[in-house]
Amino acid sequence: MAEATGLAAPAAADDDQATLHAPAGASAPSSPPPAPAARGRRLPRVVWALPPVAVLGVVLLYPLALVVQQSLAPDRGGAFSGYTAVLGSAAFREALGTTVWLAAGATVGCLLLGFVLALIIAFVPFPGARAVAKFIDVFLSFPSFLITLALLFIYGTVGMANGVWTDVTGASEGPFHFLTTPWGVLLAEITYFTPFVVRPLLAAFSQLDTAQLEVASSLGAGPARVIRRVILPEALPALAAGGSLVLVMCLNEFGIVLFTGAKDVTTLPMLVYGKAILESDYPAACVVAVVNIVISVGLFGLYRVVSKRAGA
Amino acid sequence: MLVHSKAGRWAAWALFAVLFLPLFALPLVVVVAASFAGHWSGAFPSDPTTGHYAAAVRGESLQALTTSLVTAVVASLLALVLGTWAALAAARLGRRTKRSLDALFMLPVAVPSVVIGLAVLVAFSRPPLLLNGTSSIVVLAHTVLVTAFAYQSVSAAIVRLDPAYEQAAASLGASPGYVLWRVRLPLLLPSLTAAGGLCFALSMGELSATMMLYPPDWVPLPVRIFTATDRGSLFSGSALAVVLMAATLLVLLAVSRIRTRASYR
Repeated sequence: MAEATGLAAPAAADDDQATLHAPAGASAPSSPPPAPAARGRRLPRVVWALPPVAVLGVVLLYPLALVVQQSLAPDRGGAFSGYTAVLGSAAFREALGTTVWLAAGATVGCLLLGFVLALIIAFVPFPGARAVAKFIDVFLSFPSFLITLALLFIYGTVGMANGVWTDVTGASEGPFHFLTTPWGVLLAEITYFTPFVVRPLLAAFSQLDTAQLEVASSLGAGPARVIRRVILPEALPALAAGGSLVLVMCLNEFGIVLFTGAKDVTTLPMLVYGKAILESDYPAACVVAVVNIVISVGLFGLYRVVSKRAGA
Repeated sequence: MLVHSKAGRWAAWALFAVLFLPLFALPLVVVVAASFAGHWSGAFPSDPTTGHYAAAVRGESLQALTTSLVTAVVASLLALVLGTWAALAAARLGRRTKRSLDALFMLPVAVPSVVIGLAVLVAFSRPPLLLNGTSSIVVLAHTVLVTAFAYQSVSAAIVRLDPAYEQAAASLGASPGYVLWRVRLPLLLPSLTAAGGLCFALSMGELSATMMLYPPDWVPLPVRIFTATDRGSLFSGSALAVVLMAATLLVLLAVSRIRTRASYR
């Protein structure tokens, strides 16, 4: 996923294309196509884009529009009564706070961990480093909830860590009970999303001229200084792009939180699920959904800007 | 290269092992170990058994596996057609139109999957299109979610495509349709299969949107894993998870073989 996102650099537009369709049609894909008769028998190029856009309009834009409409028109009260009721509730504010701090914390954790791991894989190579890079690719294709499932066996009440502890110390129960708290979600998110930082970093490091490192260290710079003055500046775009992608994905993460099964960890996606499926309160679910869309789409737009700049 | 002393290198490797093994390798090992365990309280699993696998490949669990496979294959193929078409059309457009098409097709990545599930559920539980309670609504939601990745991979591949081939074909009198079918698509085939594999893997593991709208007779494997672990059957949940991982990896492996065959052409 990270590779695909990183590579979506804008295509250099061919100059001759601007003449083929009217400028008015160039700004939005949903606007009506320019008159087909303009250039004789060949259809204008924008017409070819219309069928997939139409499909997406029916299966994505129309549903999203309905969500916004439902959030604005609850059965009772005025247009924004749904918003005032939901946004004012303590449950919503708590979920918003939990979501934001979990996502921010996980992003910082992923960036630190991912930077250290990528640094060692790329610059202190060991036998099997390639296999590890391959393993990270495979890791990306597994669903996130596997991590929470595994953590239940490792840090659960009767899991490995507590078992080792009681065996060694003879205590009746172990000290690890963080799994059903936000810290368990944080650990799972850092584990699952770090590869999304490692991959773009490894790609960036592979473009770095190693002669630069050799020169810097032959001039007397220690490893810390080489990292700070040579590697870090080169890695910043990849770090920014990977970090903002992870931030968006953490904001939207659902499987990890669901599998934790903790009653006191509620994020915005969990709230949407709870309101809609468990309470059947669709207008409220739509309100939370709209807030969630605004936050994620805003951040994702930021990510696209950052990664475009990084790719340029 | 970065660290020249032998001790420094060993220190770096030790740090890597300390960070990497417990965080990334241990979870997978633990899930596999648990899937063979009859009992696990304490440091290590006990009572080795293959009973969870025997249960995982029959009855409702087998049905969940086939449900997931069918959903993932259909959704990936639909997404591949939709995404490739849109990417090919977008590559021909001016910069500004292409950018808005990019934004539209990347929207499912930015919007939380749970919200996509909610939106699809709200929209297709009412006329004119009543899909609620059918398997199509699950396939539809998966298609929406993975189309973004198909579009993105194919778009990135089109940018890297050498235009000399199609220009040569066109200059020799090939019609645009012929150039597309005999030149562009074959050149894109490795990226298409890679994109298809990515879509398949994502759809196999999809849980968020599916939880919002799966009907009782179309339960994909991730939902089944959740219901198993939610009622406390962690071991059979692990066995199902291993089946899910193995099925995903097998298909990805098969897809990557297609890719290597295609690149020899």
